[in-house]
Amino acid sequence: MMWFAAFLLGLAALAFAFRFAGQVATGRAPYFRDMTFGVAYGYLLAAAALIWLVWAYVQGRSPDPLVANKFFFLRVAIEGFIFFTIAAWLFRILGRNVGTKQTKRLFRSMPLTAAFGVMIILVYIFVAVFAGVLAPYGQAEIIRGVPANIMPGGNVAMGGNPDFPLGTDQIGRDILSRLIYGAQNTVGIAFATTVIAFLLGGTLGFLAATFGGWLDQVLSRMVDVLMAIPSLIFALLLMTIASVWAPRLGIPQTYFMILIIAVIDSTRVYRLARAVGQNIVVMDYIEAAKLRGEGLGYLMFKEILPNATAPLLAEFGLRFCFVFLTIASLSFLGVGIQPPLADWGTMVRDLGGFVNFAQFAPMTATPPLLAAGAIALLAVAVNFVVDWALHRSSGLKD
Amino acid sequence: MGNVLTIILQRLALGFLTLLIVSVVIFVAVNLLPGDFAQSILGQGATPESVAAIRRDLGLDQPLVTRYFNWLGGALQGDFGSSFAQASFANFTGSASGSGSVAQQIAPRFANTMFLAAVTAAIAVPFAVFLGVLAALYRNSIFDRATNFFTLSSISSPEFFLAYILILFLAVLNPILPSVSNIYNGMPLGERLEKSLLPALTLTLVVTAHMMRMTRAAIINLLASPYIEMARLKGVSPMRVIVRHALPNALAPIINVIAINLAYLITGVVVVEVVFVYPGIGQLFVDSVKFRDIPVVQACCLIFAAAYILLNLTADIMSILSNPRLRHPK
Repeated sequence: MMWFAAFLLGLAALAFAFRFAGQVATGRAPYFRDMTFGVAYGYLLAAAALIWLVWAYVQGRSPDPLVANKFFFLRVAIEGFIFFTIAAWLFRILGRNVGTKQTKRLFRSMPLTAAFGVMIILVYIFVAVFAGVLAPYGQAEIIRGVPANIMPGGNVAMGGNPDFPLGTDQIGRDILSRLIYGAQNTVGIAFATTVIAFLLGGTLGFLAATFGGWLDQVLSRMVDVLMAIPSLIFALLLMTIASVWAPRLGIPQTYFMILIIAVIDSTRVYRLARAVGQNIVVMDYIEAAKLRGEGLGYLMFKEILPNATAPLLAEFGLRFCFVFLTIASLSFLGVGIQPPLADWGTMVRDLGGFVNFAQFAPMTATPPLLAAGAIALLAVAVNFVVDWALHRSSGLKD
Repeated sequence: MGNVLTIILQRLALGFLTLLIVSVVIFVAVNLLPGDFAQSILGQGATPESVAAIRRDLGLDQPLVTRYFNWLGGALQGDFGSSFAQASFANFTGSASGSGSVAQQIAPRFANTMFLAAVTAAIAVPFAVFLGVLAALYRNSIFDRATNFFTLSSISSPEFFLAYILILFLAVLNPILPSVSNIYNGMPLGERLEKSLLPALTLTLVVTAHMMRMTRAAIINLLASPYIEMARLKGVSPMRVIVRHALPNALAPIINVIAINLAYLITGVVVVEVVFVYPGIGQLFVDSVKFRDIPVVQACCLIFAAAYILLNLTADIMSILSNPRLRHPK
C-alpha cells in the first residue's frame, strides 16, 4: 500500500516534468502549453500501465514455471486481445471487399468493435449449427475406458491425455465437446426465448397501441405489476414451482424455463412496442389505411411493424443479451437448463472450484473460465453491434 | 410546494398499491404448487392423521384468502411464519420452540446483504460519477474510447465470470484477499470489510460501468444547450463548465441511475453471494429454492420486491425534488 502511494506521488512529479519537458522541447506548442496537469498525469498513468503489461507478458514467457504460471492468464489475455483485434481488422477488410454493395457500404463505416461483434456472432452461429460435426464426442457421452477428471492441457506428465485437450469432467464426459455443444444449447435456447418474448410482447404492445382504451389499461397495469418484481428473483420463484410441476406433467423443466423467461421479458418488449406503436398510430397514413377499410392484421403487420423495425431490432439485440445472461445465471444457480444438455452456466458451476488450483497448474482452471468467457464473449459482441446500430440510427456524431 | 407534495403522495400511494399487488402475485404463485407442505415435511411416514395435524398447525386447512391475509398480517409485523426445512426436525420434535422462524433466519442475513450493498455503493458511486465526468470531459479521446470498451464489456459479462476473474487474480494467483467470505456475527469491522471486499469489488465492476455510462450520457446531453455554449464563450475552463454548470442540471438523471443501480445491487447480489458463499439473503433464497422451503422463498421474494419498489420510488421522488421547475411552480 505504501509503495503504491509512493508510486502515485512519484508519477505526479514525473507528470509535471513531462509537461515541462514537452513545453521546452516543442517551444510552447499550444498542445503542451494548454495541457492541464490531470491530462499529463493520465498520459503517464497509461504509459505506466502499458509498461507493466509488457513486463507481465515477458514474465509469462519466463522459463521458470512458477513465475510463468503466475502470469499465464495475463499472457493468454494479452495474446487473445491482440489476436481478436487483428482478426476483427482482417474481417472488416474482407467485408469491405466481398459481398453486395449494401454490405460493403455497411462495413466501410463500421468501427473495429462492431466488426469484432459481427465476426464473433457469425462464429457462434457457425459453431452452434455444426456442433454435431465439430465436437469429437457426444454431449452426454460417458466415454468408455476413460477415467473421469482428466486434467486439461493434454500433458501426460500432469495427468492429462492428448485426446482430451480440455480433459474430462467428474463423470467422464469430454469437456471440449460439451463446450462446443453449449453453443447450440445455451445460445439456441436463449434465441428461442427471445423470439417468443418478442412475438408475445410485440403483438400485445401493438394491439394496445392500436386499440387503446380498456385493453391498453388492463395490459399496461399487468405489465407494471410484473415489472415491479426483479426479474431474476421472479424467475427463480417461478422455476421453483416449475421444478415441482415438471416431473408430474412429464414436460422437461427447460420448456418451463423458456416460457417463464419469455413471459417475464415480454413485459419489457411490450413497453417499447406500445410506445413506438403509439407514435406511429397517430400518423396520417394509418388514418388513410383505416379509411380504406383495412383490417387489424393489415394495420399491425403491414403499416405499424415495418415502421417500428429499427428500434425493435436494436431492442432484440439487447433483450437477447439479457435473456442469455439470465439463463446463464439460472443455470449457474442450478435451476436453468437441466443435464444431460451441455450448458455453459452449469459447466461453470460444476467446474468453478478448479479456479483455486490455478497457482500450480494453470490449465486446470481453464475449463470454467472458458465456459464463463464464452458467455461473456457473445454478450459483449452483441452489445458492441447494438451500440453501433443505436449510434448509427440516432445520427449522433458527438 | 403543495404541488410537489401531492405528486409525491400520489407516487407513494401507487408504490404501496404495487407492493400489495406484488404480494398477491407472489402468494398465488407459491400456492400453485401441487401437493402440500405437510406431506413434504413428513415424507414417506405420512399417515392421514399426522398430515391433518400438521396442516392444522400450519393453518393449511383454511381457504386461500384467509391464509393470504394471515400471511400478510404476519409479514407486516415481521413474522414470516416458520421455515419448513427447520420445522421438520425442530418444531415437530418439540425440542426447541420458535427456532425455525423465517424471520430469525432472514434477519442476520439481511443485515449482511445490506452491509455488502453499502460497501459496494460506497466504492462504486463516487468512482462512477468521477469516471463519468472525466469521460464527458475528454469525450471521443482515447481515454473515452477505452472506458467505453471496458464498461461495455463489464456490463455484458455475467457476474460469475467477473467474480471468477477477480478470484483468479486477487485471491489465487496473488493471495491478497480471501476468496470465501465466511462472515459471522460479532466479527470485527476491519476483518469483515476485508472478507467482503471481493464480492463488493465484483458488484462494483458491474454497477460502476452502468452508472458511469449514464453519467456521461446525461452530461453530454446537456453540453449542447445554449447556456453551456455561453459559459464556454466567456472563457470558463472545460472542467469548470462541467462541474459547475452541467453537473447540477444532470443531477436528476444521475440520481435516478444511482437509485436504480442500488435496486439492482440488492437483487443482483444473488449470483455474487453464491460464488463467494457470502451468508446473505441471496444465498438463503437460492438454497431455499433448491430445498423448496416455501415460506423462506416467499419472504425473500417479498423483501427483494419491496426493496426494488422502494428504491425505484426513491429514484422517482428524488428526480421530482431535484427539478426546480416542479419545486417552484409558477
